[in-house]
Amino acid sequence: MTATETREAAPVSAAPRNVRKRLVPYWLLLPGILWLLVFFVAPLVYQASTSVQTGSLEEGFRVTWHVQTYWDALTEYTPQFLRSVLYAATATVLCLLLGYPLAYLIAFRAGRWRNLLMVLVIAPFFTSFLIRTLAWKTILADGGPVVGVLNSLHILDVTSGLGITEGQRVLATPLAVVCGLTYNFLPFMILPLYTSLERIDGRLHEAARDLYARPVTVFRKVTFPLSMPGVVAGTLLTFIPAAGDYINAELLGSTDQKMIGNVIQSQFLRVLDYPTAAALSFLLMAAILAMVTVYIRKAGTEDLV
Amino acid sequence: MTQPTTTGGDVRLDGISKTYGSFTAVHPLDLHIPAGSFFALLGASGCGKTTTLRMIAGLEEPTTGTIRLAGDDVTALPPHRRPVNTVFQSYALFPHLDIYENVAFGLRRRGIKSVKRQVGEMLDLVQLGDFARRRPQQLSGGQQQRVALARALINHPRVLLLDEPLGALDLKLRRQMQLELKRIQTEVGITFVHVTHDQEEAMTMADTVAVMNGGRVEQLGAPAELYESPGTTFVANFLGTSNLIEAEITDKSGGELLLTAAGGRLTLPAGRCGAPARTGAAVLVGVRPEKISLTPAEDTGAVPAARNRMTGRIADSSFIGVSTQYVVATPDGAELAVYEQNIERDPRLVPGAEVVLHWSPAHTFGLDPAQDIDAGTDISTEGEAA
Repeated sequence: MTATETREAAPVSAAPRNVRKRLVPYWLLLPGILWLLVFFVAPLVYQASTSVQTGSLEEGFRVTWHVQTYWDALTEYTPQFLRSVLYAATATVLCLLLGYPLAYLIAFRAGRWRNLLMVLVIAPFFTSFLIRTLAWKTILADGGPVVGVLNSLHILDVTSGLGITEGQRVLATPLAVVCGLTYNFLPFMILPLYTSLERIDGRLHEAARDLYARPVTVFRKVTFPLSMPGVVAGTLLTFIPAAGDYINAELLGSTDQKMIGNVIQSQFLRVLDYPTAAALSFLLMAAILAMVTVYIRKAGTEDLV
Repeated sequence: MTQPTTTGGDVRLDGISKTYGSFTAVHPLDLHIPAGSFFALLGASGCGKTTTLRMIAGLEEPTTGTIRLAGDDVTALPPHRRPVNTVFQSYALFPHLDIYENVAFGLRRRGIKSVKRQVGEMLDLVQLGDFARRRPQQLSGGQQQRVALARALINHPRVLLLDEPLGALDLKLRRQMQLELKRIQTEVGITFVHVTHDQEEAMTMADTVAVMNGGRVEQLGAPAELYESPGTTFVANFLGTSNLIEAEITDKSGGELLLTAAGGRLTLPAGRCGAPARTGAAVLVGVRPEKISLTPAEDTGAVPAARNRMTGRIADSSFIGVSTQYVVATPDGAELAVYEQNIERDPRLVPGAEVVLHWSPAHTFGLDPAQDIDAGTDISTEGEAA
């Protein structure tokens, strides 16, 4: 009798319990969603509204739907935009060229040194971004050791001929800014590369060798294609922040190496032209989004495991 | 690179060994695998069988010795320049390529442009023609196994190496693939070198089996020969089940040795004794469980005189279906396994019954008593090799 009772009672109490159960994931998501609403969506909406306002600091800004700001900002700062893309792309390529062999070595050849090497890759993060970049200012300073060596080897004559350094200087040239970007974002390239290389089953290399692939072909046909998720993740993690970066250009460059990040910073903090600064931010965001979309389509990562 | 040929080549290993630091994986080994044969390297995990296979493939460099394939010394050749292909234990299919490209991989590496017809034929051979554009991870274990086989066979290697190729399949599929592999081997005529820890698999498929233990080949021969005349206790216990009894040689007459064991008198043909046949010497006498017949003690008179006999009491019996397995305890405490075919079941053969065990002297074998009597017993049923 008791058994029948509980069985009849079960559906009644089960219904609210099921509802509660189904709500659990949403409760768990709530803090994250709130955080994003307050610190991402709200500023974004605020910036969007700022970008279509007109006025001045004294009279106050009002929304006038002045879309012309976007066009003006774009035409006026086109060189800085292009420079940002060029510097960021160059730094990304350099990071890939430097980072891939390193990640490969750590993943496949390091043996018991693997963990130590990974710690060394991450070690720069223990000091601030700003301090590290300032250190580069000293390293590349006029009359410093780098300039001395490059000068005595007559390398600076060549690089100056190419327009990436100026006379006997490295600091305040495109070379310095790109070097700074490369240095600062290299770990963001190595980490995803290492992760995807390390996941590759060593027996696939053996299978390829067994099927008549020379070592170079093994890399070209097996290792590299299988590391594509890491290449895509690494280039995005490098390119996106590098394109918006202003610290490197600020500390290692001159007025001729200003990137779009520097323009936005000075519009916000020095010129106090908030609408232009906001419009430039949105333009940068849109440009990066467009480039990343095209890139992911081309790389075809969804095809990979 | 060697031109593809449809005939197999022979493999000759001379003094091949492999050591890792102070650990010897394979002791100096001489082995000849005839062209076109199906050769199995059988042993428990860590016995050196996979290392031997990898040395033939070129994936492992031998510490000493030379490897010849079809007469050519290939010891110094890297894997991509050897006319051998491997079916790997976990298949190692390329996950970023579809089935078609996986199978075409070897042909493309050798610069063959028109691969369409060959790949099509090979996929048909392994019955995967409709799966050409699928990815490996979309296929079942058995299908992946067949892709791995097709990917290796399409290159017409002189020797095909199979490293536990059926290890990841369930029992039923494994039996099916064993027959399939055997059929393909007969069809293409390539030399197959098969590494396995499954003694049944080795005996079903191979012409010749080399039983390996501790980096050495314990015994080499046709499956029936290894089974009927094991040369060591390891082979006796690892291949099937053996009853091993400690005995003493009491007399020699003609081609026969007379022994006493557990109170009984046994006859052993001198040619089947692997130990020094001196009178008074100890010997391990062995007999397979299915060779033994059981007769209730009261019918002792009906047992033919020429047969070896011992007495005992049935300690346990289990009905298997085709046979009944008995454990019989002898008066001095030894326990013997006996498998009786269920043709005419004697109702008196129940636990507790006093019985006579008897078998033909020709089914008796003698082993060197200096060996561990239990060698190979606990590992023969082990599932997965590392």
